[in-house]
Amino acid sequence: MSHDHDHDGHGHDHPHEPIGRDGEPAAAARARALEELLVEKGVITRESVRQGVDWLVSRSPGDGARLVARAWVDPAFKQRLLADARDAAAELGLDAGPSPKVVAVENTDAVHHMVVCTLCSCYPRALLGPPPAWYKSLPYRSRAVSEPRAVLSEFGVELDRDVEVHVLDSTADVRYLVVPRRPDGTGDMDEEALAALVTRDSMIGVALPASPATADV
Amino acid sequence: MSFAPGQRVRVSAREHRGHHRTPGYLKGRVGTIQRCHGSFTNPETRAYGDSGLPEERLYLVRFENGHPVSADIYEHWLEEVE
Repeated sequence: MSHDHDHDGHGHDHPHEPIGRDGEPAAAARARALEELLVEKGVITRESVRQGVDWLVSRSPGDGARLVARAWVDPAFKQRLLADARDAAAELGLDAGPSPKVVAVENTDAVHHMVVCTLCSCYPRALLGPPPAWYKSLPYRSRAVSEPRAVLSEFGVELDRDVEVHVLDSTADVRYLVVPRRPDGTGDMDEEALAALVTRDSMIGVALPASPATADV
Repeated sequence: MSFAPGQRVRVSAREHRGHHRTPGYLKGRVGTIQRCHGSFTNPETRAYGDSGLPEERLYLVRFENGHPVSADIYEHWLEEVE
């Protein structure tokens, strides 16, 4: 869609395509424009942007899984994790990230927690890596608080009616990490093998950990 | 004013046109304080380049939605019940 226009002070009237990048979504173009301006004004540097992206993509659910596996084998560590997840993460050499506070919640045979951010996409990125696309989607964000059992069912999780489903809406400065229940039949597995059962989705609370028979260990 | 765990509170139903972190579906709802997370800078002013000071207490508040839903709500959005 070419168009004719007149640039202030140096009119030209040749038709050309809108200046942009082919197929670039509007939101990406806006983010790029903001970055250009902030760099130009000296608020940020290209190096700091690159470092930020590097840090973000270097995190993975494997970090959160180490915390959960340690909690499964060490009850004292589990208590410290539930009391202060940042301090507990530091014990394993993990950085809980720039969010002011990280809270771990434990799933039991009586209560199952699942996490959502209805306002945007708050997520414990430092311990789980970038959030999945569905976590940021409008359907998940609205349905998680209105019909969590239906959402869980679509993720393949059917809980007994007497298990309370408790939804945590992370609306502010706190990031929530779910400590899922340790699967049955894992009594003789070591910490490393257990960590391989702890999936990203189980730490968001929309799945159960892998069972030892199906895990790739 | 500060709230204690177990206390009943109502989320203010006031309109706020700027950035804020109180979800609309909880405005006007009554819930129960579960815990205080501590005090944090106010996102409503921080979003516009301000320091966000003074800090506001942040509470985990539990609501009944047919099932429990808990959300983090800043103190200046909470009102005493009765």
